[in-house]
Amino acid sequence: MPVIVYVQPNGTQRRVEVKAGQSVMMGAILNNVAGIDGECGGCLSCATCHVYVDPADIDRVPAKDAVEDDLLNGVVAERRPTSRLACQLIVGSKVDGLTVHVPTAQS
Amino acid sequence: MSAGLVIVGASYAGLQIAAAAREYGYAEPILMLGDEPHAPYQKPPLSKGYLTEKVAEAALPLRGDAFFKENAVEFAPGNRVARLDLSARRVVVADGRYYSFAKLALTCGSRARRLAIPGADLAGVHVLRTLDDARALRATMRETRRAVVIGGGYVGLEVAASLIGAGLEVTVLETANQVLARVAMPPLADYLARKHAEKGVDLRFGTTARAILGAEGRVRAVECQDGTQVPADLVVIGIGAIPNGELAAEAGLACRGGAILVDDQARTSVTDIVAAGDCAATERDGQLIRLESVQNANDQARAAATALVGLPAPAATVPWFWSDQYDLKLQTAGLAAGHDAVAVRGSMAADRFGLFYFRNRQLIAVDTVNRPGDHLLARRLLARRVPLTAGQVADESIDLRALLDQSATS
Repeated sequence: MPVIVYVQPNGTQRRVEVKAGQSVMMGAILNNVAGIDGECGGCLSCATCHVYVDPADIDRVPAKDAVEDDLLNGVVAERRPTSRLACQLIVGSKVDGLTVHVPTAQS
Repeated sequence: MSAGLVIVGASYAGLQIAAAAREYGYAEPILMLGDEPHAPYQKPPLSKGYLTEKVAEAALPLRGDAFFKENAVEFAPGNRVARLDLSARRVVVADGRYYSFAKLALTCGSRARRLAIPGADLAGVHVLRTLDDARALRATMRETRRAVVIGGGYVGLEVAASLIGAGLEVTVLETANQVLARVAMPPLADYLARKHAEKGVDLRFGTTARAILGAEGRVRAVECQDGTQVPADLVVIGIGAIPNGELAAEAGLACRGGAILVDDQARTSVTDIVAAGDCAATERDGQLIRLESVQNANDQARAAATALVGLPAPAATVPWFWSDQYDLKLQTAGLAAGHDAVAVRGSMAADRFGLFYFRNRQLIAVDTVNRPGDHLLARRLLARRVPLTAGQVADESIDLRALLDQSATS
């Protein structure tokens, strides 16, 4: 199974196996990773699954669409060029080993 | 059984109380009782993506096993609570077993309101509240062609959109003269009604169903109060929800309008008992406020958890809600009732706009369509009560984020 690495603001890392086809958000929810709330369940309504994709991995994730881009304008933590919504990052062979950094706040 | 915190109800509010209680340092056992056989699941997709088969059941869990294990929360599904024995501090389940509690959280949710007209029990007549409801509706959808939706509330409209998407003919019967009569303001309601009509929904206002007619036990038409018959092989009844306040009422807790009365920290009238989510209501300025939403369940649950561990109440939160219909992302922040002015930001014709509601020149609520970033900013503008005029709102060259950031630094 593909592995996603979640890094907390204090540097703690957690490597989690996530089924291909599931989102990086669902991977966090199912494995009880702190700091990724996913309040709307992944329907692009809440932006509480904001993550920073590790700069080394940013070219491996597909581009964001207009709705995600619009939502990222409203995130509570700082928006960076690497900001993404984890619900839109679908796990597959390309994102195996992806590292994402959890921001300090989601709401 | 050992005492500790017993949570009655295993959906958003129940889970959030368990999570927040642990986060705030609650160290006693936590037991969460669910009446359904399922692990906690998401409800909003049931009327939208789940029906149209865009969202699979595998994407519905609210939490994973890891949550229960790592937080030492015992989850017992399939346990319908029969009564609360407050003097013995016990929750008694349907088969007579009981669980003792030191603290009790009531997150019993709400249930679909049934329609008391002839034929409401025919095959092909559905309500939508639970996963089992959604499974049944989805199965019927696949083998039917003509649907009547009774009720133009959020569930009714979302189901109508899903049914149109699945290729059915859809008629919506609404007793009032607008859709979303209980929850939305006319500018938004009228806009949504137009969109449904454009997509082919036959929306009939001022129309009440009098009977559901059947043949061989299956629905074949809905009869309206004027005698008109609308042919249907599927009927979905979406006429609101009833709070599950009976357990609390029978145990003597203060209730209003069928819901459990709570204060701003989700405390009921009895010490050590909190209630949150659809089953709970607060009174503000003499008005009963009961919100059926994921946000309210989560935020009220967090407040309840502070009460359980003896922390001060968290800051008041801004209510918010979302609905997806067709390609419209509708989001609402705040409560618009009582507004005296509305300003539009963006273009209703282009299906990308915000409706900003004011009372005494103070912003009180914002509805957005296809502007999710503005929705998020609106929530924070409302929370901080940032001064904002109707003129600023209507001027798209003024950046809402900049106004918010200015208010943070001033």
